[in-house]
Amino acid sequence: MNLAAAPLDSTHGFLSPSGAEIVFVLVGLGVLGAALLTVTTKQLVHAALWLVVALGGLAIEYLLLTAEFIAWVQVLIYVGAVVVLVLFGLMLTRAPIGASPDADSGNRWLALGVALAAAATLVTLVVDAFRCTWIDLGTVAGSTKANGVSLFRYWVLPFEALSVLLLAALVGAIILSRREKKEP
Amino acid sequence: MTLTLAILVPLLPFLGALAGLASGRRAPGLVRPLAVLPTLASAVLAVLVLAKLGAKGHLDSATRLTPTGGLPISLSVHLDGIAVLLAVLVTVVATCVQIYSTAYLREDPRYPSYAALVSLFTAAMLLVVYSGDLIVLLVGWEVMGVCSYFLVGHHWERPDARSASIKAFLVTKLGDVPFLFGIFVLATDAGTFQIDGILGAAAAGRLHHATLAALLLLCGVAGKSAQFPLHTWLPDAMAGPTPVSALIHAATMVAAGVYLVARLEPVFLLSTAALVVLGIMAVITMIGSALCALAQDDLKRVLAYSTVGQLGYMAGALAVGDRDAALFHLLTHGAFKALLFLSAGVVIHAAHTNSLTAMSRMDGLRRRIPDAYATMGIGLASLAGLPPFSGFFSKDAVLTAAEHAANGDALTGGLGPAGNVPSWLGWTVLIGGLLTALLTAAYATRLWLLAFFPVRRPAAEGVVEVGAVAPTAAAVAALASDEPAGPVEPAAMVGPLWLLAVPSVALGLVGLWPHALPDWLDGVSLTPSSVTWPIATALALLGAGLAWLAWRRAAARVLAEAEADAAAAADPAPLLLGPLLQPSRNGFGVDALYDRAFVRPVLGAARLVSFLDREVVETYVQGAAGTPGLIGRVVRRAQNGNTQGYLSALAAGVVVLAVIVAVAQ
Amino acid sequence: MHLVFPAVLAALLFCVGLYGVLARRNAVLMLMSVELMLNAVNLNLVAFDVWLRDTLHSGQALTLFTITVAAAEIGLGLAIVLLIFRNRGTADIDRVGRLTDGDEKADDDEKPGDQKADDEEMEGVG
Repeated sequence: MNLAAAPLDSTHGFLSPSGAEIVFVLVGLGVLGAALLTVTTKQLVHAALWLVVALGGLAIEYLLLTAEFIAWVQVLIYVGAVVVLVLFGLMLTRAPIGASPDADSGNRWLALGVALAAAATLVTLVVDAFRCTWIDLGTVAGSTKANGVSLFRYWVLPFEALSVLLLAALVGAIILSRREKKEP
Repeated sequence: MTLTLAILVPLLPFLGALAGLASGRRAPGLVRPLAVLPTLASAVLAVLVLAKLGAKGHLDSATRLTPTGGLPISLSVHLDGIAVLLAVLVTVVATCVQIYSTAYLREDPRYPSYAALVSLFTAAMLLVVYSGDLIVLLVGWEVMGVCSYFLVGHHWERPDARSASIKAFLVTKLGDVPFLFGIFVLATDAGTFQIDGILGAAAAGRLHHATLAALLLLCGVAGKSAQFPLHTWLPDAMAGPTPVSALIHAATMVAAGVYLVARLEPVFLLSTAALVVLGIMAVITMIGSALCALAQDDLKRVLAYSTVGQLGYMAGALAVGDRDAALFHLLTHGAFKALLFLSAGVVIHAAHTNSLTAMSRMDGLRRRIPDAYATMGIGLASLAGLPPFSGFFSKDAVLTAAEHAANGDALTGGLGPAGNVPSWLGWTVLIGGLLTALLTAAYATRLWLLAFFPVRRPAAEGVVEVGAVAPTAAAVAALASDEPAGPVEPAAMVGPLWLLAVPSVALGLVGLWPHALPDWLDGVSLTPSSVTWPIATALALLGAGLAWLAWRRAAARVLAEAEADAAAAADPAPLLLGPLLQPSRNGFGVDALYDRAFVRPVLGAARLVSFLDREVVETYVQGAAGTPGLIGRVVRRAQNGNTQGYLSALAAGVVVLAVIVAVAQ
Repeated sequence: MHLVFPAVLAALLFCVGLYGVLARRNAVLMLMSVELMLNAVNLNLVAFDVWLRDTLHSGQALTLFTITVAAAEIGLGLAIVLLIFRNRGTADIDRVGRLTDGDEKADDDEKPGDQKADDEEMEGVG
């Protein structure tokens, strides 16, 4: 709360949004809609495609927050790699093409309740906490240069550890998905 | 020598019973010898013991098998005049019954077990008679209870036999529980279970709880000897085979109670209260049972109630302190009652019915079974107390004793202070006894007339008994028509009748002879007193005459109404009893009273317990099983292996925690 | 820009992802929902980083790490899902409740009547 008091000045009107805010909200609504479709659609492949929309929308949000490097990484890794991986997964598990009526489990209503409760709690808390907080978007905060500098200057060690993690995951995935030779 | 013989007397039937039970199924040919011979041998031995011991002889012998703590229990034999005389009676009657049963139950598939149980019954009674130790006596006493249960329930296919056997068992056990405590009280006071020791203690005045002990013992005696509050089992016990009834009524079961009181008479004489209770019990029993006997339709039930009444005489004699008279009556009664039952068995066998009404319409019974006709007449005359039959003398001995007690000098034979017998008790017993003599003669006559003298319709053949006064009536009952001459009764059934008829006639004379019977007992004279016997005989004759007159009137009415009511019987009981008929027929409602007072509450309590058990206790049990099951099912639902369910719960918990934290701040 | 917008968007996105994780039957779709949740976190990280102007850019650096970890996660996750599918013949998450290694056929045949049979068993015990 004390952080919220810092950039408080009269130039930001609550009911006079800037253009960036309007775009952010609109795109945000799109992201949210796409995300909802992702988790509710009966067609499994469509869900993956709606995921693309949601993740892409998020990349736009990152751009709007001036985190351009992250945005591109998002596009590359999520939209490019992860979604493709997911699509492969769906196909390899012989997901049906077309609507599958039992896409949602019997747990649905409990899940809905939990999710709504969580949403209500989180939104209430977040709104209450950051009611009067504004982000200064005057300078670009996430340029590639800035990110590279911080990453290779201050975050080298975690970065390297992460590479090892990735390698381990790679090896693990290969071993897991490898078909074992039938014993004679 | 005498001791060995005496030990063999109860042992032989016992071994016979064991052998019979063991071999009955495998060697059917052995069953009859095994049933009859040991009993016969023990009868011979009992007579030998009697002869060897001699009058006023005593033999006591005890051996202790093992230490039994504070009060020693020993296997002991106590032989005196009473014991040896009674042993002879028991063995003779048992022999007659065994011989008779070989013919009577010839076709019965369960004859082997029946014969073995009769032998065991005899052995148990002999154990009671010879035992010198109260605990050993109690063993015989209880074995008899069990045997009576089995024998009364011999025809266990029939529900009335089943319930009668259970009733006999339960009612006698009801008396046996206080009886056991009475033995304990006696033994605690005297410091021994030996009868000799107890009597010695009684003589020395060391029995401090004589009244308590005597009253407790009386409960058991009332149960076994079928005295007033606990008499209800005996008439129902008629469901057993007739020879068993003879055995129970004459020699064994019911005699045990009287015998025990006679053995412990000095103890009873110490307590006026016990004597009064015994006397009142006896008077109620004899009058009530005589009235019941007068109203019964079942031949065997009449005899059963007569047994109850005669036992009342014995108890009355004991109450006025004269055990000699009681034992004298016990002996003669044993003879003529066994005779009556065995001849009744023959009659029932020939008539194929128990009902006197049916017999009264049945023609030619007299001709078909002349032996039973004659012997039953002897038995009934003895029962009614007509001179010179044995029952006359023994009954009069009882009345004489009562008269002495009424005059204040009870004939205790030196066993106890005569002053303990209140004179009003003597009067009560005397008047009760005289009244009963009247009633007894009446029902004996009624039985005799109904069974053997059918009311003949004039259309029927030959001898006209009452028919002379009757108008011509065409109605001839189907049963009265000529039957083919019935089966000649086998010698095994007739022989015992005549064997028993001898003492029924002659045993009374022994009492007259001053050095015969009294010497074996306490030496009290058994000669009838000149006051009582004319009155008693007159009353008996009056009863018989009244019954005869009533029978004639009833018969005349039957003949008059023959066309209207072919089923009517020439029963004198309604005329004699008047309004008392129905209550008498129902045993004065004692059974119904017990039913209402004990059976129904017990059944209700049982139902309540069963209800509590089934509905309440079992609910707890079911709940104890069901609740964990229910909880388990609920909990198991959660543990269904569905990861999403787990995750949902996890997330919900996190949300709840978050809300709590947020609200708390 | 108002901080509430990205924060609320992230919260809602997270909850949508939560719903997906809890409600979707297919394991691959569950993984997609997990991605949504991770992206919600990423959005938060970026937004707060931009707001705080952290000199170390820790928010954006962590976002990168998260994306990397998410990539690794989805790779491994899909491999596991594939393995399950290969063993049990299904990728439905509520059909793999059994922890046994048992053959997928028996598991498949047994599942529809399973609950009922167990219920009857409970009735018998009660």
